[in-house]
Amino acid sequence: MALIEVEQLSKTYRDGATETRAVQGVSFQIHEGEFVAIMGPSGSGKSTILHIMGFLDTPTGGIYRFEGKHVRHYSDKERAHVRNRKMGFVFQAFNLLPRTTVYENVKLPLFYSDVPESEWDARVRSAIASVNLSHRAEYDTTRLSGGEKQRAAIARALVMNPPLIFADEPTGNLDSKSGAVVMETLQKLNEAHGRTIILITHETLTAEHAGRILHVRDGKIEVDIHVAQRRTAHSHEFSK
Amino acid sequence: MKLSHTFAIALVGLKTHKSRSALTILGIVIGITAIILIMSLGKSAQDLILGQIQGLGSKTIVVIPGREPRGPSDVAQIFSDSLKERDLEALQKKSNVPTLSRVMPVLFGGDTASYLGETYRLTAFGATDLITELFDLSVAEGMFFSESDIQSRGSVVVIGSKVKQELFGNQGALGEKIKIKERNYRVIGILPKKGQVSFFNFDETAIIPYTTAQQYVFGIKHFHRFIVEATEESLIPQTVKDIELTLRENHGITDPDKDDFFVETQADLARRLGTITDILTLFLVSVAAISLVVGGIGIMNIMLVSVTERTREIGLRKALGATEADILNQFLLEAMTLTGTGGVLGIMFGAVLSFAASVILTRFVGLGWTFTFPVPAALIGLGVSALIGLVFGIYPAREASLKNPIDALRYE
Repeated sequence: MALIEVEQLSKTYRDGATETRAVQGVSFQIHEGEFVAIMGPSGSGKSTILHIMGFLDTPTGGIYRFEGKHVRHYSDKERAHVRNRKMGFVFQAFNLLPRTTVYENVKLPLFYSDVPESEWDARVRSAIASVNLSHRAEYDTTRLSGGEKQRAAIARALVMNPPLIFADEPTGNLDSKSGAVVMETLQKLNEAHGRTIILITHETLTAEHAGRILHVRDGKIEVDIHVAQRRTAHSHEFSK
Repeated sequence: MKLSHTFAIALVGLKTHKSRSALTILGIVIGITAIILIMSLGKSAQDLILGQIQGLGSKTIVVIPGREPRGPSDVAQIFSDSLKERDLEALQKKSNVPTLSRVMPVLFGGDTASYLGETYRLTAFGATDLITELFDLSVAEGMFFSESDIQSRGSVVVIGSKVKQELFGNQGALGEKIKIKERNYRVIGILPKKGQVSFFNFDETAIIPYTTAQQYVFGIKHFHRFIVEATEESLIPQTVKDIELTLRENHGITDPDKDDFFVETQADLARRLGTITDILTLFLVSVAAISLVVGGIGIMNIMLVSVTERTREIGLRKALGATEADILNQFLLEAMTLTGTGGVLGIMFGAVLSFAASVILTRFVGLGWTFTFPVPAALIGLGVSALIGLVFGIYPAREASLKNPIDALRYE
């Protein structure tokens, strides 16, 4: 069973009389352990697809099944639980709480979980350590560099140990060196830990870290290519 | 999500905007402070007034000329001249009011007394020697006037301690003559320092025989009050009834609604004044409550600004797993923490201010004022302030909780 199944998915925005068809009937499947990059120019609908997959937005047409269950059958509470326990989000703009430490930011998802409070500290510290940011744990997020901010955001996405991570242009606001570190981190999460990663990018170089690339243009999938069969196969093995 | 966690998040939200939070609660602090202050002062004032009424003795009944004031149009009745000498005589007859042990006619009014160029504004009090028993007075020096001084309209006076001090200083006053309304009165007695007794400050009073007061001080033939004492406290209702019947008969009144006098017992007076202070307190509290509503609207305004400003944070929290209820509770708790803190501060300020007021009133004004901390008012204040947070916080909190996560995350 595919982790994510999308059939004829569409999303239309209405603003008064104007209608924008952001996604126009896309279909694909993503299995556990895959590292998929969704590529396309801005306005192509790639972010909308990711937001729908991440339960942050709802489709206006078609079918989206997560773990075999139709998205329509998830209540608001269940959707929140899935986001909390099964999905991690990394955003282009980091979305860290200002005037708050890295530690507090990484702890945030735990508030909405049923993880016993006694485990929180260990979880937060291990997530921060996994992105090599332990020396910045007590830093206010505003004092971090761009790359460090994004690593803090990744640590936050990892603290609940979710099997699936969505990364929306994670290197978009970073210089190439910091971007490379972030991509290496994501790649490691996929290869060594078997996590499913779904990445949105418009940079070919960034997309090349993925094992599969979905090219989106004008709300439709143009090409679906597996660039590194070897790596994907490896992660499939790991997840078994 | 646990309530303690929601509370922790709400606290962090408030701490990141310290000065804004502080300014926001100011309205609530002022409102609650005002309410606590008013209720505390109101309660103390009531205690003081009731204490003074009781100072008159529980068997005492006061007969007042004019119709019992029931509205503003009855104010003129205060100046009624319906209580006359023949009423006094009728009341003194044992057959009319058998349960009456004694009755004293009273006249009073502000006047100026002078002695060798020193002048002092005092209260001239026309009475009989019964005043010593009815008001529990005794002279520190000299003696009180007697029945014969009353019969002969004697020009004698018993002065209060303050009158003595103002006119004579440390010099002896007994036997000296003070002038009131162009007539000389010989000082035959001086009262000890007494303070307030049932609205009269005897320290600032000159007591003269009522006959003299009628003739020379006030130039009238009626009385301002009859002060009556019943034989027993339990017989007060009977005494009141008999007084009313006697005076009605004397005045030719058949319809009790047309009475040109009214009888007031200590219990009536206490009740009446209690009602007045209650109404006054309620009125002032309502005025103060307006500031709470204004404070509440301020809270709502700031919470709405905060919700808009933190739209991205709301989106993020939802992305990280917060449900609509989690967001609603977070913002509601923020609002309630703000108003609750305002309430606690208000109660503290209110208590401190009313304590300071009691110190000032006791030390500098000389009133027997006692500080009362209104515990029920404090509890209500706390409840009301939390309720304001709930009422005025629910709309912004709901706005926040209903935000679509991705729209919120994209918000610029």
